[in-house]
Amino acid sequence: MFNQKKLSLAWGNPPSRDRNQNLAYTLRITVGLVWAILLLAPFLFHDVRALEVAARICIFIVLVASYDLLIGITGIVSFAHTLFFACGAYGAAIGLKLYGGSWSAYSLGSLAGMLLAVTIAAVIGLLSLRVKAIFFAMITLAVASLALVMVSQFSAYTGGEDGLTYKTPALFKTATKLLENENGSTVKVFGTKLNGKLAAYYFLSFSCLLIFALTVRLVATPLGSVLKAIRENDTRAEAIGYRVVRYRSLIFCLSAASAAVAGSIYAVWLKYTGPETVLSFTIMIDILLMVVIGGMGTIWGSVPGVLLLVLAQYYLRDLMEIAAEKTTGIPLLPELLSPERWLLWLGIGFILVVYFFPKGLAGAMLASGEKR
Amino acid sequence: MSIVQLQDMTTNIGPYRILHNVSFEVPTGGVFVLLGRNGAGKTTTLRSIMGLWQTSPKSVFFKGKDISGLHTSEIARMGVAYVPENMGIFGGLTVEENLRLATTKGKFDKSRLSWVYQLFPALEKFWHTKAAALSGGQKQMLSVARAVIEPRELILIDEPTKGLAPAIIANMHDAFAEISQTTTLILVEQNFAFARSLGNQLAVIDDGCVAYTGSMNAFESDAELQARLLGVA
Repeated sequence: MFNQKKLSLAWGNPPSRDRNQNLAYTLRITVGLVWAILLLAPFLFHDVRALEVAARICIFIVLVASYDLLIGITGIVSFAHTLFFACGAYGAAIGLKLYGGSWSAYSLGSLAGMLLAVTIAAVIGLLSLRVKAIFFAMITLAVASLALVMVSQFSAYTGGEDGLTYKTPALFKTATKLLENENGSTVKVFGTKLNGKLAAYYFLSFSCLLIFALTVRLVATPLGSVLKAIRENDTRAEAIGYRVVRYRSLIFCLSAASAAVAGSIYAVWLKYTGPETVLSFTIMIDILLMVVIGGMGTIWGSVPGVLLLVLAQYYLRDLMEIAAEKTTGIPLLPELLSPERWLLWLGIGFILVVYFFPKGLAGAMLASGEKR
Repeated sequence: MSIVQLQDMTTNIGPYRILHNVSFEVPTGGVFVLLGRNGAGKTTTLRSIMGLWQTSPKSVFFKGKDISGLHTSEIARMGVAYVPENMGIFGGLTVEENLRLATTKGKFDKSRLSWVYQLFPALEKFWHTKAAALSGGQKQMLSVARAVIEPRELILIDEPTKGLAPAIIANMHDAFAEISQTTTLILVEQNFAFARSLGNQLAVIDDGCVAYTGSMNAFESDAELQARLLGVA
């Protein structure tokens, strides 16, 4: 039928997969190790601040992974991600505030918040995902700004600028004893009390791990391939039978739901919800930075991206303080390493990461595997 | 019975009228060739059939059904595939993912897949390779394979031999001959020798209008007509 011998000569050989696979495995193992450390954090780090940092890392991994679904996998630029995060957080917060610290109040509030987020996403998506990317980004920015104003205006429900404090389900109270010894005091394992705070942390970390795993799985399904195809060329995707607006709207809703769930989990951990913690543009910028540092379109990159930025935000000042003390004898250096200049160094670090790893940390690993 | 009928199809791109009352019928089965000089409107005709450009109402019929107002994705789901001039593959996806995209339920029919492997053995070899890493010929084969990975009734192919090595063109020819046994092909081609060896019927587009329709044999035997419409000496 065909002159296959001649044809195979013209085709050559495929690139080796070994290096590519090895780097992909290394990335996955690294991410797995980070998750293992996060899950063991209460037993590894005994100070309160470390646990706060670990919880923030878990929450932001979910937020960044869900945002990467939009910007990295599907090519949708949105500035409304914190709005969806806030929907979940305020939903849970208002539920707990109005009906007390019960599971039903929490579940109902979280569900309402998630439905609100999905509804807003569906409306924005169906009405404006047909327009060009830049206009869509502007629309989401406008909606997010409107949400900030509304949170201030409806202070009777949202607590305005001060936010809301509320009781959480009894299981998550610090005074709750998960295990008691014969003296009636809380059992300690590796120096960590088995109390409600620990239960809250495991509720948060396992929920986040589950959502992260689902997000990774979603990208590996045929739907993930469709989304990547839409990102590459929406006209081509339509020409093979895909309704691009429907798929974009679907992923926008899924991403919104994921962010809303992260918000409701964070609300129960913090026991406080306010515009600064869930809705500010600073958070949106942080999410963007984390996606870029980690590697857009990789999902796995959300872990190194979040880890680097959150650790820098919490510990860079401390490190600089130590460095400044150690270099007191050297001219100029202690001035440069003054903890007050931590943002400057964070900025320099970000520029260096973007310069040397334009595809992000995970993106660079995967891309170097593809080179022959 | 014709599979495609164009009736006074007019297509505008922005303020410009590119196609003027284009009318012809494509018989079911075999290869129908669209010929014409550069910029005559051949690609626009294919894109108009595919719904990628908006045409005048009630001007495009597929199996007797008016498809002129339908969305591209709906036309694709009716069994029409399009292989664009620039190959239209997704470079960031692997060969497997590119082909899987074109399946209805995300699953391959094993016998169909082995038939595609038989047509284009390189695809099996490069199965896990990103499409961007393929050569021009391999990309073209992937693009055609994507169109035939599931049975289609009509495939629109735009200049498949452009820039390809002679060995690849020869094998592409054999592949099209095999595919056309079960599927109607509308082929836009500049390479007259390639088109002549495959086509049964043809239409010549000139300056956005149909200048000639008829059998390939009749056109081939009229050297004066070829010279006038195509500039072929």
